[in-house]
Amino acid sequence: MLDWLSDAWRDYGIFALALIASNALIGFMLINAIFSVWLERKVAGRIQDRLGPTRVGGKFGWLQTLADGMKLLVKEDTIPAAADQFLFRVGPYIALVGSFLAFVALPFGDGVVAREMNIALFFMLAVMSSEVFGIILIGYGSGSKWSLFGGIRESAQMVSYEIPMALCVLVPVVVAGSMNLGEVAKMQSSIWNWLIFHDPFTFCAFWTYFTCAMASCKRAPFDLAEAESELVAGFHTEYSGFRWLVIFMAEYGSMFAVSGIACIMFLGGWSIGVPVELTTFFGETIGLGTFGMVIGNVINVTVFLTKGWILVFVMMWVRWTLPRLRIDQVMMMCLKYLIPISCVLLVGVALWTLWIPAPIQRYIAWGIFAVSMGATAWLVMQMITLAKLPPGTGMPGMWRLADEPGYHGAPKAEKPA
Amino acid sequence: MDDLHPYMFWLIAPLTGLCAIATVITQNIVRSATWLLFTLAGTSSIFFLLGADLVGAIQLLVYVGGTMVLVIFGVMLTAQGPFITMKTSGAEWAISIVAGIMLFAVLGFGATHYVRSSAERAKETVPENPKDSRNSTTIGQGLLGVPVGPSDPKMPSQTIHYLLPFEIVSVHLLVVLIGAAYLARTKRRKEEEAAP
Repeated sequence: MLDWLSDAWRDYGIFALALIASNALIGFMLINAIFSVWLERKVAGRIQDRLGPTRVGGKFGWLQTLADGMKLLVKEDTIPAAADQFLFRVGPYIALVGSFLAFVALPFGDGVVAREMNIALFFMLAVMSSEVFGIILIGYGSGSKWSLFGGIRESAQMVSYEIPMALCVLVPVVVAGSMNLGEVAKMQSSIWNWLIFHDPFTFCAFWTYFTCAMASCKRAPFDLAEAESELVAGFHTEYSGFRWLVIFMAEYGSMFAVSGIACIMFLGGWSIGVPVELTTFFGETIGLGTFGMVIGNVINVTVFLTKGWILVFVMMWVRWTLPRLRIDQVMMMCLKYLIPISCVLLVGVALWTLWIPAPIQRYIAWGIFAVSMGATAWLVMQMITLAKLPPGTGMPGMWRLADEPGYHGAPKAEKPA
Repeated sequence: MDDLHPYMFWLIAPLTGLCAIATVITQNIVRSATWLLFTLAGTSSIFFLLGADLVGAIQLLVYVGGTMVLVIFGVMLTAQGPFITMKTSGAEWAISIVAGIMLFAVLGFGATHYVRSSAERAKETVPENPKDSRNSTTIGQGLLGVPVGPSDPKMPSQTIHYLLPFEIVSVHLLVVLIGAAYLARTKRRKEEEAAP
């Protein structure tokens, strides 16, 4: 990339490139947090039959998060007198660094990665586990029992759910034979090659992984450790202003990071579903050269971000739909169900690739692909037809009065003559 | 400015050293553990600088987790008041300074005495660019029984693989895991039997 520079200047060029890459990643984390918070409020509003933010920035309240961010920046930065000053200050940054480092190895497109690593997946899991340390320090450094209990509760949950998460993400690694995220994504160029459709085990592993990822990002229904409405979040109760903002940037950053891993390991990364490498297509087939490769990669990055944010949207959808679990249910779900399930999936996929002959593997993969596509099509049809119904007639799951016209659920109350 | 690696090394190494010193002289146990975390992270970034991504990531995963357990136990098992400080007596300082100087002498002697000559260095097949040593596949294959190592001195036709050590360590860790789970298990059932 830097061939046009003379040797003496090339090293400075590498420094400059590294600076640009890290700044781009930090910028992405900020924009991701801003967009995700806005999306969260909109989704929450729509699901709860409200409008969500509507005023700031025109039609959809899309500047609401920016306004919130300004408010947080000018807020007073309080540190409790009882707090350990050093730990209180350093805790949020450790959490943010853990989340940020994961993006260093996450490829956004064909070669669009800050540092391509052979063990990118392992690296991401390793650095995301250090986010827990920040949370313990935040809880401990606040100097209050409320925060300490919150931090310990939160870290217990995150540490427990990392085990089934790592085991589940190994299932597609067994199939792909690589931990290099870029390579794994390139293997799944066409939609029927996506590793989620490879065999029954990877199909189950995707859903198990996504559940664990939601829990390790402390999202509802596993947000018992935070429980904003009842416990006021526990570990970061004492924080305000910019430090609080940093904690939330780390949380939304790791939400996108786990979704990005899910996209690359199961959902084809930046593949649009047809077996065409966009960089080679625009660069060589059409013949636009470097400019064409840039266009191809811009499309790749857009596709990847869209897929990642769709998964983030699903996390929000689940959060505002399902009620919160109790702490014993959260831990039981991890230890008694998710860890055995992920162990079975890991052993199963190893035996599958060893014992099942290749033609049968292919037929079953096509079967899984056909069934999932059929189910998706049926769901989309349902959503389209249901949305066209006139209000008050037969939308499932709605509360209605018994004597409303079109109500078929329960026996009608006899009206006195 | 032909190679950036020395400059990066001289940026990272003193910071790591300072964090290590801060680990020792900090009296608050959790602060000390935090400095230890920074030291270990600095060590792992030196591994990354050398192109040994796998070792660096393992360093992060194992030692950050280990330090975290240290903090939790430090807080939960030793806490009498809100913030714990350790009082170190003069004798302890003296012993640890003597031990530290001895260790430093041994390491310094080793580092300065066995500096290779440039002729020896030229013989080695170290990849010029650390980029080339990024591949961790060889380590994985060696652990799974593919012969990757140097040739066996007893049987020169065969090369060494590391399947047996890997299996021994795995079984050992499994035993430790089961033992830890057994020890951590609540003894409630026995107490209930004994109570009436």
